[in-house]
Amino acid sequence: MYRWQQALTRIALYAAAVMVSAWVLTPIALIFISAFAVPEDYYDVGKVIPTEFTLENIRVLLFELREWRTTLNSIAVALLTIAVSFTLGLPASYSLARYVFPGRDGFKLLILSLRMFPLMVLGVPLAELYIRLGLSDTILGVALAHASLALPFVVLITYSIFVSIPVEYEEAAMVFGLTRAEAFFKITLPMALPGLAAAAMFTFVISWNEVFVASILTLMRRTLPADILVTVLTAPDPYKFAAAFIMVMPAITFVFIARRYLVTMWGISLR
Amino acid sequence: MGVKPPSSNFSKLIPYLLLLPTLMYLLFFVGYPIVYAVKLAFTSESGSLTLSNFRSLTSDMYFWEALKYTFLLAGVIIPLQAALALGVSLLLYRGFKGANLCLYVFLIPLTISDVAAALIWYNMLTGSGYLNKVLLKLGLISQPIHFFGYAYRSMEAVAIVVTEVWRATAIVFVILFAGLQMIGRDYIEAADVFGASTWQKIRYVILPMLKPSFQSAIIIRTLFAMQVFAVVWILAGRDIPVLAGEAYYWQSDVRNPHIAACYALLVAVISIALGWMYLKLFKPRYLEEGR
Amino acid sequence: MVEVKLENLTKVFGKVVAVDHINLTVRDGEFLVLLGPSGCGKTTTLRCIAGLEAPDEGRVYFDEEDVTYLPPRDRDISMVFQSYAIWPHMSVYENIAFPLKMRKAPASEIDEKVKWAAELLRIGELLDRYPHQLSGGQRQRVAVARAIVVEPKVLLMDEPLSNLDALLRVLMRSELKKLQRRIKVTTIYVTHDQVEAMTMADRIAVMNEGRIMQVGSSTEVYDRPENLFVAGFIGSPRMNFFDATVRDGELDAEDFKLKLTPEQARALSGMEGKTVTVGIRPEHIYTPDSAKGESLQELDGTLDFFEQLGSDTVLHVRVGGKLLLAKISGRYTADLGSRIKVLLDLSKLHIFDKAGRSVL
Repeated sequence: MYRWQQALTRIALYAAAVMVSAWVLTPIALIFISAFAVPEDYYDVGKVIPTEFTLENIRVLLFELREWRTTLNSIAVALLTIAVSFTLGLPASYSLARYVFPGRDGFKLLILSLRMFPLMVLGVPLAELYIRLGLSDTILGVALAHASLALPFVVLITYSIFVSIPVEYEEAAMVFGLTRAEAFFKITLPMALPGLAAAAMFTFVISWNEVFVASILTLMRRTLPADILVTVLTAPDPYKFAAAFIMVMPAITFVFIARRYLVTMWGISLR
Repeated sequence: MGVKPPSSNFSKLIPYLLLLPTLMYLLFFVGYPIVYAVKLAFTSESGSLTLSNFRSLTSDMYFWEALKYTFLLAGVIIPLQAALALGVSLLLYRGFKGANLCLYVFLIPLTISDVAAALIWYNMLTGSGYLNKVLLKLGLISQPIHFFGYAYRSMEAVAIVVTEVWRATAIVFVILFAGLQMIGRDYIEAADVFGASTWQKIRYVILPMLKPSFQSAIIIRTLFAMQVFAVVWILAGRDIPVLAGEAYYWQSDVRNPHIAACYALLVAVISIALGWMYLKLFKPRYLEEGR
Repeated sequence: MVEVKLENLTKVFGKVVAVDHINLTVRDGEFLVLLGPSGCGKTTTLRCIAGLEAPDEGRVYFDEEDVTYLPPRDRDISMVFQSYAIWPHMSVYENIAFPLKMRKAPASEIDEKVKWAAELLRIGELLDRYPHQLSGGQRQRVAVARAIVVEPKVLLMDEPLSNLDALLRVLMRSELKKLQRRIKVTTIYVTHDQVEAMTMADRIAVMNEGRIMQVGSSTEVYDRPENLFVAGFIGSPRMNFFDATVRDGELDAEDFKLKLTPEQARALSGMEGKTVTVGIRPEHIYTPDSAKGESLQELDGTLDFFEQLGSDTVLHVRVGGKLLLAKISGRYTADLGSRIKVLLDLSKLHIFDKAGRSVL
């Protein structure tokens, strides 16, 4: 009797798991199929799943619609964002993790509340500011704006990484003759590296996915999502799907590489 | 040599010096723009102080529509996400072979942008999309269901809801799941031992203990919902106006930064007000006293 | 109240056999302690009895009823968890009332029973408080009150005292024992603390590596350990062990020879020339001043080290290549490295064969 009940529970459990996975995976699988399907198959109503595939959609998107430039722009912006937000954020998070000083809680609160603040709306005044600063429609300008979006996340995530490395390792190094700075670079940094790499990927995705600020701040030098919003939407459907494919790829790769850090990292950045 | 005396001014300054770059940066890229946005919203093209921006805002039909739809979408999407996320977290918390794989799968949408998500569901739902093809093939419909175009606004809204639920439920899920994992197994096993059924365990132990996580998930999701933009813009354009979309429209298409700044400020003010309200309204009683 | 019977109980986690074919009967109303080092499988055994873990093999019986695969809620048991697991969002009252509520008891009965249990544990004034407002000791009492409020068939306790400070632990030890006597519930109590086991148990089941090494009263496991593990695990400081060969009515330990009592010689008659492990507790090794008993053997050694424990002194004495610990009552002072005579009480020797089984 009880055994039967257990078996039924198990079946229900797996059925639910399969349904949830299908709900997430099916649309992704289908966008991949659509990105590579020949348009005739895609538009053929009688053919549910296309059978003939081509690289033509991707080729047209990248080289005839010249989206390879916006893709490069996106990559450049994301890398610059990582560089800026890490250069600024690491010292700050290290300071929070290792020092006790008046004002520390205030600063933490500021960072925490900024994470909740709809920073994207700052795109509007920034666009006007950039005109005066000569930053409008530049990759650097977008990257600087993205860095301000990413900075609270970078500080919080790297803070928790530094906190998770016992200060005793550093202190031991200092007892045995290193300065605090040397101890940081020779002991703490190498230990933090995997986590920092995951945090960098996380930052990359934040910038890579951001569209509101990027499209407000640029005109000619658009990032990929910003350009999709304007140009690609007027293109035939298969190119939209090719564009979606290119947008999704880094995200999927990120999930795969940093899967071990995913729950904690999102947990930290959101809680 | 040795440790410097605590009066050493420089060593006292170190933590502040480390914070300084971040602080300056945020001041310039967050603080200054906020002030500047206020200035834009309250000045006219000529630079004189005015409330005319807000007057033209409130007389614009799109403004009220945007306000309505932003809240309406949030009101429909968030309960769906909360229910789905709660279900999946309980499912994964229960544990089974392959639960980890299922976890990663469910996290994938976290890293997919709103732009890509919109295109992914556009692909599903267009006239020649998979949903229509399958339904036609099965003979359940004879004409494709139209999801897009001004004439099908309500269907556009459905498409937006589906896309947002697909894309952003994972955010709610991550917070709930992390919260569930913080509940010690002992608490749940104790309920087992003392005679609770599965449903009673959820009702009397898991849900009350999950309440703080549940609330923060809802707060964060609500704040994000106030910023909803790309999914709506791609799937419905201005057929279904939303606040962030209007900001974008006035800035990029009309090139009126004053009105755009009004929208931007409004989103900010609503977010702050909602965040504050949530924090005031829900605070688990058993955490308040003592400690 | 029931008799609990474990039959060939086995639980495997991956490649680790946590519980390895255990057979054990806990008598009706008995206080049985599962004692062993961490990782010996005692908690897993308890969790199998609770139904929180399904065994891979074997059976669990409550009297004649096979409960092996019954979920915990249908077993009519109670449990005190190591972490107490009293729910933070419920008041003390709600915590204690929970098991009754799950059994759909009428409100008046719930109220009466909760008050009864709270009075018994002397937490009557705390019923409106929340767990975070309680001290560790008070939480522990709430956990116990919740466990006894339904008068379960079996009461399970998983290291319930390990999170208390030393003073409180001693107090609760006797209180729990008295409580159990009073409500006469069959109790299975897991601990790694031998003092706790010795003071509370009707019988102790000593476990190691998933097996039960010996079951017996505290004096039995102390005085007559059935194997090397039990001999070494119970008692502090640990029993002295050394190898010796049985030869001509003597134990030849190379550094010294020990004369066997006639009784021991008879028991070892079949082991002539074989190597055995000899064990003797530190309190059965004396200095000439403190010596008592008849079959004493004197050995010459040097004093390596000594530890003053207040009421007792532990001497580390080197005899040839062997280090023997002796525990004598009172104080002792001498220079380290000085010559010292010790006397072994030969009637108190424990002798184990190569497989570690007691042969005496």
